[in-house]
Amino acid sequence: MSSLTSALPPAQGTGARLARWGLYLILALFAAYYLLPLLLMIATSFKSPEEIRTGSLLSLPRELSLDAWSYAWNRACIGADCRGMAPYFLNSVAIVVPSVVLSTLFGALNGYALTKWRFRGANIVFAMILFGSFLPSQVILLPMARTLGVLGLAGSTGGLVLVHVVYGLAFTTLFFRNYYVSIPDDLVKAATIDGAGFFQIFTKIMLPLSLPILVVTIIWQFTQIWNDFLFGASFAAGGAQPVTVALNNLVNTTTGVKQYNVDMAAAMIAGLPTLVVYVLAGKYFIRGLTAGSVKG
Amino acid sequence: MTLQNPTYRPPAGTADAAPPRPAGLRALAQRHLSKLVVAPSFAAILLFVYGFIAWTVYISFTNSKMLPSYELVGPDAFSKLWRISRWYVAIENLLIFGGLFIGISLAIGILLAVLLDQRIRGEGVLRTIYLYPMALSFIVTGTAWKWILNPTIGIQEFVRSLGFPAFTFDWIVQQDTAVYTLVIAAVWQSSGFVMALFLAALRGVDQEIIKAAYLDGASLPRIYWGIVLPSIRPVFMSAFVILAHLAVKSYDLVVALTGGGPGYASDLPATFMYEMTFRRNQIAIGSASALMMLATVVAIIVPYLYSELKGGKRV
Repeated sequence: MSSLTSALPPAQGTGARLARWGLYLILALFAAYYLLPLLLMIATSFKSPEEIRTGSLLSLPRELSLDAWSYAWNRACIGADCRGMAPYFLNSVAIVVPSVVLSTLFGALNGYALTKWRFRGANIVFAMILFGSFLPSQVILLPMARTLGVLGLAGSTGGLVLVHVVYGLAFTTLFFRNYYVSIPDDLVKAATIDGAGFFQIFTKIMLPLSLPILVVTIIWQFTQIWNDFLFGASFAAGGAQPVTVALNNLVNTTTGVKQYNVDMAAAMIAGLPTLVVYVLAGKYFIRGLTAGSVKG
Repeated sequence: MTLQNPTYRPPAGTADAAPPRPAGLRALAQRHLSKLVVAPSFAAILLFVYGFIAWTVYISFTNSKMLPSYELVGPDAFSKLWRISRWYVAIENLLIFGGLFIGISLAIGILLAVLLDQRIRGEGVLRTIYLYPMALSFIVTGTAWKWILNPTIGIQEFVRSLGFPAFTFDWIVQQDTAVYTLVIAAVWQSSGFVMALFLAALRGVDQEIIKAAYLDGASLPRIYWGIVLPSIRPVFMSAFVILAHLAVKSYDLVVALTGGGPGYASDLPATFMYEMTFRRNQIAIGSASALMMLATVVAIIVPYLYSELKGGKRV
């Protein structure tokens, strides 16, 4: 991937140099615009309430106080529950891990079956699964709430795992299917002639080739499920709620004095896992985002 | 999110792409394994997507209030829905929010993609900065924006403290401007994504065309406006479809930023639906509004998927 303009000779002269400066200035201003809310959040989370009241919005914290972070982590009140964000953070972990593993596994198997062992109607099956990725969740909220009740999963993390696996299938199947169509069928054919079966080919040939798409899918699912709010707010009760719902409850608590530093620290706690993953593996995150919309 | 399949071959008879088959029981099992493997997922989708849509359609034709009732009463809920002024507020807000959100995100995203395409030093770092909001939950970023937009502690207070005591920026607490604060936060969150889409497409454009136009004396802006952007038209379509369906589904952002307020001035259909279904015990009306959202998404998605499938053209 190279810049479109790299075919052109570099422009010369003072005008061109000025234009370059202007270009970098605009790009830097945009960078500031995107970074500012995050920097404000971080700076505020390290300030004392006193400093927030008297100081300026953009000032740096005078001293790095971790009080707000530790308060948000294990003492802040979420509703009547004053155990802080920690138990809800663990809820999110307990929801995310099985949901990501299961939806990725099913997606990989579906993608493999739909490309390398095509049966009649495979395209229709795929199209019907794919439609789920556009579904506005509001359409299924009520039936899902009733169904989870009947299954005895209402309000539990288990129920949320089921929900996330089912509604993640559309994306995971899409990712693997589009990846596997580009793997030559001859590989599979040769292996069948050698006597390898369906699952053998999957584990011995396909999976070792799947590392990039596995990473893309796991990061995508992790981000989606960690950041989910609607399902968590609709289907999880009290102590089983994920971290996003806890954050929203914490921030919107109207009783007592507003502690903005605690709000910001709690927001950072809820946002850090996906932010860290993004910084470490941004390339794969972008590939997931653009996987369907631009062929790459 | 397309159906494009680079190596698609029309199915040949019943054999499709299946390898040659040895006879016998084991082979029979092998042949059907593929279907058996997809079956649980497909069954789950049939039930949890299509079955649930049917369930919601059914409920919307009943007079369900707090609990679902299964006695059909016809399209009452729909006619009630369209007599609720709060629904009109939500629809109007969706049009304002959706229009501005899509338009501004596209403009900023394309501008950034073109600027980043000029052999920029530190492009990777800048790209990372522009796109990181997409990795965060709206609940997290909404918390930050709510604070920034709060007149008594955020931007307004800051500018006043600089010596402009008359400066006013209190959109978030005003009935007729609260919806615009949703646009501010949503554009901030999603414009980097549009940038990534367009940058990827720009990198796929044939460089020879650019070179030829340049040698003909065309200026860079003209080359981009007249040649490059038209040649990546399909990306506009993809970006529009994705942004539009994000707009229709917007829920978290409203909850985190304005809570639909002041009053219900910044309600969107998604928050309206939640309010009716889970807080006001109007399940039938809530279901009817959810179906309106579905219809909107289908109206955007289906023509798009259809053209993708039919054209099969590569971006």
